[in-house]
Amino acid sequence: MSDAATHDDSKGQYFWVWGALLVLTAVEVVLGYKQVFEPVRMIEVLLILSIIKSALIIGYFMHLKFEKAIMRWMLVISVTACFVIMYCFFFPDADRVKPPPHGVGIQG
Amino acid sequence: MSDAAAVEHGLPGAYEAPLFGAYSKKVGMWLFLASDSLTFGALLFAFSYNRIYTTPWPTPFHVASITNATIMTACLLSSSLTMVMAVFAAQRNDRAWMRNWLVATMAFGTAFIVLHGMEWSKLIDEGLTIPWFLKLGAGASTGELADVSKNTPQFSATFFGLTAMHMLHVTIGVIYLGVMAFRKWFLPVLAVIWIAGALLIPASNVFHYPVHALGIALVVATIILVLKPKVYDAQDVEICGLYWHFVDLVWMFIFPLVYLMSTKIS
Repeated sequence: MSDAATHDDSKGQYFWVWGALLVLTAVEVVLGYKQVFEPVRMIEVLLILSIIKSALIIGYFMHLKFEKAIMRWMLVISVTACFVIMYCFFFPDADRVKPPPHGVGIQG
Repeated sequence: MSDAAAVEHGLPGAYEAPLFGAYSKKVGMWLFLASDSLTFGALLFAFSYNRIYTTPWPTPFHVASITNATIMTACLLSSSLTMVMAVFAAQRNDRAWMRNWLVATMAFGTAFIVLHGMEWSKLIDEGLTIPWFLKLGAGASTGELADVSKNTPQFSATFFGLTAMHMLHVTIGVIYLGVMAFRKWFLPVLAVIWIAGALLIPASNVFHYPVHALGIALVVATIILVLKPKVYDAQDVEICGLYWHFVDLVWMFIFPLVYLMSTKIS
């Protein structure tokens, strides 16, 4: 936990976060199993839910929410920037290359 | 002497207050986790890229696999809660309950590894393989998923690569927790598990060689505990918790992207 430990360390909030994570997981399973959306839209929806879950884990379980602002921003900005760079490398190419029928041309 | 006390009294030679308001070990672990997140980020990007690019994408996970993966997810989420409780116990210097909560976390982590191993074995029996498995004699080429391995090798390559990397992290995490909870008394336990695994897992099983990772971990843990024996305090437990929560965090992306995006409607 934070060195300053000035925040409310009540255990109840961690049970709420745990419950919220389980509920979000159940929502993901229903969405995935029912295949509510098309694959690309499904990836977007599941990614948004995963980002919400990861924010809860990082903020509460890993306690980043209670760290100093400079620590929070340094970590969030640097990691996000790296992922944006990865995205720029990967996905424009995924859009440019049209999927061949039945995976022809990409088999080993 | 703490950082704050050293600065407050202006002692000669005292080092300056930490920039991030946290002790250096915690900042170090955060930086390691930031770098490790890029490793998993690259693997997840590779999987997602193949998922979008490849048609038709295999859907080998029917209801039994999804149920299994959901239970695995619940195990990891629950382990994060028990880890938080272990940190609280360590902060109030309650060593008995700290150990109890750490053991509970290890139990959830071990359950995750066992369930994941069973899932892997089931998929391999059904014919989902990579060339390295075939060299071991594992992975029948006639199963239900043999066509997937043949026609869409990028699925099995990215699936096994990503989940193996995560399983390795969970295994290291369980060992890390064991060292925190039991210190040098955990070493014989780890040695017994390693030797038993090496003797009992048949040579044709894909886990026959990877089980020796436990032997490497045993050597590393022994060196650490011999060179720097100490009673781990609340800061050490908190840092261990950061690593464990990160392992949980990564699975929150693997589960939907790998399993739920490859669901088979029966």
